[in-house]
Amino acid sequence: MSNFMDRLSVSYAKGIIRWRWLVLLVTILATLGVASGGRFLSFTSDYRVFFGDDNPQLNAFESLQDIYTKTDNILFVLKPNNGKIFTPQWLEVVQDLTEESWQIPYSIRVDSITNFQHTEAVEDDLTVADLVEETGGLSQAGLDRIEQIALSEPALAKRIISEDSTTTGVQITLQLPPDDAIALDEAVKFAENMAATIEATNPELEVAITGLAPLSNAFPAASMADMSTLTPLMFLVIIIFLIAFLRSFTGTLGTLLVTIFSTMVAMGAAGYAGIKMTPPSAMAPTIILTIAIADCVHILVTMFHEMRHGKAKRDAIVESLRVNMQPVFLTSLTTVIGFLSLNFSEAPPFHDLGNIAAIGVIAAWIISIAFLPAFIAVMPVRVKPVETGKSSMMERLGEFVIGHRTKLLLGMGLIVVGTSSFISRIELDDRFIEYFDTTVPFRVDSDFTRDNLTGVYQVEFSINAEESGGVSSPVYLAHLEDFANWLRAKPEVVHVNSITDILKRLNKSMHGDDDSWYKLPDERDLAAQYLLLYEMSLPYGLDLNSQINIDKSASRMTVTLDNVSSNDMRDIALESSQWLQDNAPGYMGADGSGAAVMFAHLADRNIKSMLSGTALAFVLISLSLVFALRSLKLGLISLIPNMVPAIMAFGVWGLFVGQVGLAVSVIAATSLGLIVDATVHFLSKYNRARTERGESSADAVRYGFRTVGSALWITTAVLVAGFAILSLSTFAVNADMGLLTAITIAIALFIDFLLLPPLLMLFDREKATATSTAPAAPAE
Amino acid sequence: MSKKLLSTVFSLSLVAFTSGTVLSSAALADEAADIAKGTEIAEEWDRRDWGFGDTESYMEMQLENRHGDKSIREMRQKTLEVPGHDVGDKSLTIFDKPRDVKGTAFLSFAKIFDPDDQWMYLPAVKRVKRISSKNKSGPFLGSEFAYEDLSAQELKKYTYKWLRDEPCGELQCAVVEQTPTYENSGYTKMITWYDLSEYRQQKIDYYDRKGKLLKTLVSSDFKQHLDKYWRPYNMYMENHQTGKKTRLVFSKIEFQKGLKDSELTKNTLKRVR
Repeated sequence: MSNFMDRLSVSYAKGIIRWRWLVLLVTILATLGVASGGRFLSFTSDYRVFFGDDNPQLNAFESLQDIYTKTDNILFVLKPNNGKIFTPQWLEVVQDLTEESWQIPYSIRVDSITNFQHTEAVEDDLTVADLVEETGGLSQAGLDRIEQIALSEPALAKRIISEDSTTTGVQITLQLPPDDAIALDEAVKFAENMAATIEATNPELEVAITGLAPLSNAFPAASMADMSTLTPLMFLVIIIFLIAFLRSFTGTLGTLLVTIFSTMVAMGAAGYAGIKMTPPSAMAPTIILTIAIADCVHILVTMFHEMRHGKAKRDAIVESLRVNMQPVFLTSLTTVIGFLSLNFSEAPPFHDLGNIAAIGVIAAWIISIAFLPAFIAVMPVRVKPVETGKSSMMERLGEFVIGHRTKLLLGMGLIVVGTSSFISRIELDDRFIEYFDTTVPFRVDSDFTRDNLTGVYQVEFSINAEESGGVSSPVYLAHLEDFANWLRAKPEVVHVNSITDILKRLNKSMHGDDDSWYKLPDERDLAAQYLLLYEMSLPYGLDLNSQINIDKSASRMTVTLDNVSSNDMRDIALESSQWLQDNAPGYMGADGSGAAVMFAHLADRNIKSMLSGTALAFVLISLSLVFALRSLKLGLISLIPNMVPAIMAFGVWGLFVGQVGLAVSVIAATSLGLIVDATVHFLSKYNRARTERGESSADAVRYGFRTVGSALWITTAVLVAGFAILSLSTFAVNADMGLLTAITIAIALFIDFLLLPPLLMLFDREKATATSTAPAAPAE
Repeated sequence: MSKKLLSTVFSLSLVAFTSGTVLSSAALADEAADIAKGTEIAEEWDRRDWGFGDTESYMEMQLENRHGDKSIREMRQKTLEVPGHDVGDKSLTIFDKPRDVKGTAFLSFAKIFDPDDQWMYLPAVKRVKRISSKNKSGPFLGSEFAYEDLSAQELKKYTYKWLRDEPCGELQCAVVEQTPTYENSGYTKMITWYDLSEYRQQKIDYYDRKGKLLKTLVSSDFKQHLDKYWRPYNMYMENHQTGKKTRLVFSKIEFQKGLKDSELTKNTLKRVR
């Protein structure tokens, strides 16, 4: 069987060399053909892409947005260098900004302190007017009055105006076409230009921009930044590595071409498939570049080794393919399985990442066993006849491992257990603002907003009344008020927006602005008529639909939270639902929703969905190892070095970092496919030594170190470097994933060199038979 | 020789100059003609509605959000024509449904350039409140109609410009661009389709403050009263930006019931049923 595969590989290799020009032509043309799909690639700009169509939090939020005015928004935050915002100068800026904001594309509503509809009673007249009308002639008394009204108005304080009066916001509600990156960018760019203009004309004013629209717009920016900075950086690192390790121009060039072609094929296929790039899938090019190298390195290292030992180039190519065909295929297969398992993820961007990377890996496999040998065959290759020190160093390492196998087994066991115990310190946290690092303007502005004005995370409730028009019912309003007060008492809650505040204010205004009437109306008809009156007096762009549904059978409560962890967000949402269930009539039951809540559940849901995906990948990968090595025993032994690295990596993360979000859920599956590679190469050499050469397990370990040791160093170094580069991403999910994967791969090599050989020598002790019928159905 | 050349150049440039002036003044004349034509059409529309006296209409307002949820309100409206071009009409709106606002009455004296005078009677407190608000461009009762869409369309509220004639359904329409002349309008312009047989406003496109198409009003089921006055019994307003829709369906419109000015005052508001 093994001989048959070898013979097949040999005739395949000879065929490639014979038809080398044709192979080159076909692979290049095929690559270009698929790569042309790249012109269809586009970037998505909707934070909702992180949620599958059947995500319950997404659906809750979508149905809330169907009932009320949409929540896509832009929030301008203005803060003078010193002093209060309540001066004629600054109020005029706010007023102008409020007016100009109507020019922002897709704006449908603008809210600020100046256009806040203040109601005031003068005898039998009820004045409903902008809180700030004329800024020019405002006296100090007038300014004080406006300040006092704004600060005592629950709808404004800590939402649109800060408690210390130094910071204010102008809130723009947008009605954007769904997932239209151009429309979104147009609106956000317009707002950014406005902010820049205001800052230019008012140097002592700081203007920040946050909101869900800038959040959405930050995603394509992050994707493009990753693709335009990290991918080239990866190229540079690859070139340095290849030159340093291969010391061959042709080898370096050939490998580079393989990696580029593989990436082009993958991205082209993604384009044809209509995949829209998101920050996670924007990692794909870097990942493919990294992985594609491994195949080439294994083929080239063997080839150069043979040439150094006197073989002619073409013979060396044939020998290299004979030895590497199987492991290269196997490592590609396991990597593909690992990436495809991402399709189990809750978050669709990871499906895209997995599928694009899988295509890239398959392309890399085909190109490195077809294009690469043909390319080497036509290009000049020179090797120094002298062997470098690497190999002997690896041999010394091998001797060390063989000599200290028992100590290593115990020591490594302790390290594994010790490191893994820190997993408990890992905390899941997905604050979407912190997905972006502090070099991203959106993050800086959002932090500024949180520090100076209001929270950036919101939980929304749509609370039903008993019937149509029921929002006016005193029972409903009383419970709504209790709920709002209960929320306001929580330290994490910055602001609560509720219709009860409107009704209390109207009641007061209808009673000559008497403070003792600042309470809820106690009759349904009265409340309904107040609402009608208020509704009839609102100006352009303001209506009650942002807070009350059209048949007045439900109202919306928006709770703004401080910078709390996503755990706390989930808890608040849960406690709130529980409070409503315990304290309000059954029909008022509601679950919190909103972008913050969606992201707060994402990592959790994703881990659960990835558990089965990871398990399946693990089973499939282990089965392919058993099948390929034709040994159940080796397959079983391989479980340990395949499973342990990810666990240890989480432990290391728990020890040094602690917090992790969405990234954690996909690491086990994707890194599995990669770390298995080292195990596969080592085991396949070990197995070859045992079965072909009939060596003892210690000698087979020696053979393994000698033949693949340095190739494993190189490929691991490249993989670690590649994923470490991803950790430079400005997008936390990518950075975490890159760093965690890099740690996992580094640990995997450590385990493969120091733990796997002692395990082999412990469990695979019996004398090997030199026949090809290795234990296919082991007796154990 | 050089003199001749000079004079040739001079006369050539003169020709060029005058023809340029002629061209631009022709364009100006066209523009003026279009404005005149547009204004004429609007005047004809206005003239045909003169002397209706007073009306009493019964209507149902159907609100629909983009999700398809619906809500219905019922009301009556009494309108009194105030002669002259400089003042608007007076109107009284009485709400019948939903039940919790039944009997609430809204009195409005339309003004052309200033905010309307408005009073509201709330039966739950049996009080009349004068409302001072710049809500002309605001939504009427949470619907897609703004006050300015529903309040009597006085001629002077807009400037007019004829754009083209084109078929509209089975009729032929003049398409006229109308630009609000009053402050605080929510629109930069409206495009109105007047049918050329009876000068009825068949359709209006409203453009928002950004100059983007905001909503479209389609009027239908026109009925003629007293052999003269046409009224649509169905007005359908669709907001293209939010996807929300409002349909106004009239069940009855009565003309010249003898409504008196003295019935439309703040003091009589309490007594309306």
